[in-house]
Amino acid sequence: METIITSKILLTTAIPMVAALLIMASGKKPNIRETWSIIGAVLTFLSVVNLVPHILNGGAYEYTLFTLYPGISVKFHLDGLGILFAGTASFLWIMAGFYCVGYMRGLNEHAQTRFYVCYAVSVGAAMGAAFAGNLFTLYLFYEIVSIFTYPLVAHHQDEEGYEGAKKYITYLMFTSKAFLLPAMVLIYIQCGTLDFATADIVHGIFPNDANRWLVTISFLMCLFGFAKAGIMPLHNWLPSAMVAPTPVSALLHAVVVVKVGVFSICRIMLSVFGTQLLHQFHLGIFTAYFVSFTIITASIIALTKTNLKARLAYSTISQLSYIVLGVAMLTPNAVTGGLIHIVNHAFSKITLFFCAGAIMVASGKKDIREMGGLGHRMPLTMIAFGLASLSMIGAPPVSGFVTKWFLALGAMDIHNVILLVVLLASSLLNAGYFVPVFLHSFYGKPLPEDVGQTGSLESSPLIMLMVIPLCITSILSVLFGIYPDLFLKIIHMMVGT
Amino acid sequence: MEQYLIYNTLSYPILSVVLGIPLVGALIAIFLKGDGLLKSWGLLVTLVTAVVSLPLYIRFDPSTAKYQFAEVYRWFPALHLNFSVGVDGISVLLVLLTTFVMPLCILCSWNYIKDRFKEFIFVVLVMEAAMLGVFICLNTFLFYIFWEAMLIPMYLLIAVWGGQRKDYASIKFFIYTLTGSVFLLVAIIALFIKTGTFFIPELMAHHYSYQYQMWIFLACALAFAIKIPMFPLHTWLPAAHVEAPTAGSVILASILLKMGGYGFLRFCLPMAPAAALTCMPYLLALSIMSIIFGGYLALGQSDIKKLIAYSSVGHMGFVTLGIFLLNVQGIKGAMLQMINHGITTGALFICIGIIYERTHSREIKDNSALGMMMPIYITFLGIFTLSSFAFPGTNSFVGELLVLIGAFSKYKLVGALAIPGAILAAAYMLRLFQKMAWADSDGHAHHHDDGDHHALKDLNGREIVTLLFLTVFVFWIGLHPAPLLKVMDASVTHLVDQVNSGMQHLPPMEHHEHHAWLLQVGSLLKKLVVF
Repeated sequence: METIITSKILLTTAIPMVAALLIMASGKKPNIRETWSIIGAVLTFLSVVNLVPHILNGGAYEYTLFTLYPGISVKFHLDGLGILFAGTASFLWIMAGFYCVGYMRGLNEHAQTRFYVCYAVSVGAAMGAAFAGNLFTLYLFYEIVSIFTYPLVAHHQDEEGYEGAKKYITYLMFTSKAFLLPAMVLIYIQCGTLDFATADIVHGIFPNDANRWLVTISFLMCLFGFAKAGIMPLHNWLPSAMVAPTPVSALLHAVVVVKVGVFSICRIMLSVFGTQLLHQFHLGIFTAYFVSFTIITASIIALTKTNLKARLAYSTISQLSYIVLGVAMLTPNAVTGGLIHIVNHAFSKITLFFCAGAIMVASGKKDIREMGGLGHRMPLTMIAFGLASLSMIGAPPVSGFVTKWFLALGAMDIHNVILLVVLLASSLLNAGYFVPVFLHSFYGKPLPEDVGQTGSLESSPLIMLMVIPLCITSILSVLFGIYPDLFLKIIHMMVGT
Repeated sequence: MEQYLIYNTLSYPILSVVLGIPLVGALIAIFLKGDGLLKSWGLLVTLVTAVVSLPLYIRFDPSTAKYQFAEVYRWFPALHLNFSVGVDGISVLLVLLTTFVMPLCILCSWNYIKDRFKEFIFVVLVMEAAMLGVFICLNTFLFYIFWEAMLIPMYLLIAVWGGQRKDYASIKFFIYTLTGSVFLLVAIIALFIKTGTFFIPELMAHHYSYQYQMWIFLACALAFAIKIPMFPLHTWLPAAHVEAPTAGSVILASILLKMGGYGFLRFCLPMAPAAALTCMPYLLALSIMSIIFGGYLALGQSDIKKLIAYSSVGHMGFVTLGIFLLNVQGIKGAMLQMINHGITTGALFICIGIIYERTHSREIKDNSALGMMMPIYITFLGIFTLSSFAFPGTNSFVGELLVLIGAFSKYKLVGALAIPGAILAAAYMLRLFQKMAWADSDGHAHHHDDGDHHALKDLNGREIVTLLFLTVFVFWIGLHPAPLLKVMDASVTHLVDQVNSGMQHLPPMEHHEHHAWLLQVGSLLKKLVVF
């Protein structure tokens, strides 16, 4: 159970940043540029893997880089929660790295160097957030993610792009300045430090005689301040961020950016407030009900969307709240369910977005109603889509089932029928908006102009660059459903069994 | 006198030398000919001053609140008037800020100033000496002389090398500042009559009656509130900033505004602590209005320079907010915020000067979509933009955070009211940057088809050096502010002690008799403010 003090853990954050510089330097040579991007991704993932064994043995890593003021520093601390997120994001960056090449070249996008640079920096900052050892460091990297994803959302530089990006940055900057910054100050003056309590998840950093109202206000401000988690009513930036190129939606708005938000909320709940305090002031159950609203409402809105990416966006909003819901129930089973969904949702949702992008590049279709019969021309893509949908719905043996299983156990642990009903209802809704897409693509009637067109759309090399990653992620989704042991073990290190 | 001073132990009288170099340099400049030579001379003099001032930081003893590197020369014995200089943890950083910003002022004027170069160098160097004098003197008499001496060079900078409305701007600047300093003079004379000394540390040690404190405080505070400037006395600033040449704007933003804050810390708080406490609610309210008002006005500007000018009002609101919280975090935050504003806003004005030299316009719409043409410029602008709205990891964040910590730990409502200012800062700076880097609000880059902008050249070596120098400080202070905080630590703690003990020395009766109504309103406000 030792904590190793080593600067080695800075590597994971530094590699993507260095990769970004190299990408910038080789901007005129696309092949070299994209090689750097992929090498950066692979090295980042390896640097995370390298840290896993010690974490699995119950240890942790720590390093303090700068101290700004007593109790406020740039400090890194890696434990189970962090490595879960960092490992997922860095692995999926490799997949997305290949996928990007296919997508960006397939559509002949402009400003590709800027795109790859911002992409790499965003991932690097997310790694920093995963490794953050205190609230300030978390805030620092959270903000870097906001800034560097802005050019990605506005990538097309047309009216729609600017509008979407404006909404995106307004939501994220407003919430972080209006809620997160004062929350951080409030927590600091109550606790005298911003460092996370990493010994267990029960005790936070608050003193025993903490003022109930101040704690409540600080907590609510954190909850709303991390708007990247997409909790209603501060979710609206996510659908507008969908104007970005699909690889951005896939990696950043299904995995990196939104997970930074959810991860941050989990982190402050488990390592700043602690389950004991949240339970004592009834903040856990409040949060659980609060996000239940998001789970149901976002699913209902998703039903109404016919643009595939928009439907996925609302599905993301709904699914992210599962993670918060799990942690908010404050029982070991529920927290396990919530945290493992960070991984499960990431693999499944990135598959779905990859599919949406591949369909868009190969056939030019964005609307679900136009996709009739597409399954016959893009069988691999649509089968992967089906598998990932099953995961979202929570059907065994795909990974989403594990999440729902533990969440349901958690709800039963606290004898809460309402939350159980929420879980069931949302599963039905999930099925309601995913199954028709899949069925329509195989059995639906093609558009009149598509009738008679046959032949695979998945054969060209650039399309294969996109189809192979999505096949891999969907297969992994299934595997994680059958063998969730590795992740469960990491989470149990964190949560205690 | 020894209980206040630590005499200079260096082999040369460092403060006199730092003060003397620019003055002598200015005199020599009169005899030089040729623009090239004068430019180099100006740069050389300011650089030498900067280098010579370095030991002030290296040899500074952070463990004491006494005035260090002190020199005292007999000057006018009949009035007990000495020429006394020295620096403590509060002034030393401002001295260094001055000596380090001045070379950049010369560098950013390299091509900007086209005529009367000799006069320009002369004025800038005199200006530097006067500003240094304000920060290092320990004598109210000298303080006033230097304070007024600044006025004329600054007036000339705007009136001679300024833009289209330079006459209006320069006279407005002059009248505002002069009005303030008249009250300052009255306060200085009143203090002398009461105590018989001009020596600042002795004036601080003296205990004044409550009513006396009140008058002194109001007279000084008016002068400093105009200088800093605080809402509603800020209206001279946008005009002066917009019309001043780049170097003038940089001096104004980076150093001149700091004198208001310095004055509050040096005069108002230690000499009139009880009055400061009484006036605190009002000044906090005005600070918050400055923060919100400045930010709100900045949001609506189409002129880049005006936008930055109004942002200065907001930033200075944070400074006064920190000062009048009267606690250690608040004052430290205010000090850092002053240094940071000097670095960041100075840099932003240099950036505007650079683009003005190329497009001859300060309008946002004429300077949009520069990202593709001037990537290096936009990178620097981006860094200073982030710094300006207190992005974590940059210098301003530390200052703002400390002020907020000070505010929230004292009055939660005050902290909460300052937050909209932070939001507004992000809004107007990101709006500015988005438009300058990419395109105008209607989503179209205006000049993709006109030939002019393709000729825009990215930064040259001189400009890169200027901005890179400031960038280093942005991140250094942003990530490792400990050395600066250490320097000011003892002096700020001492100042807070002075304020606290000064408040205890009051006869309680007097308190109520004379200002009962004021106190009543004050306590009402306080009740509102205290959580």
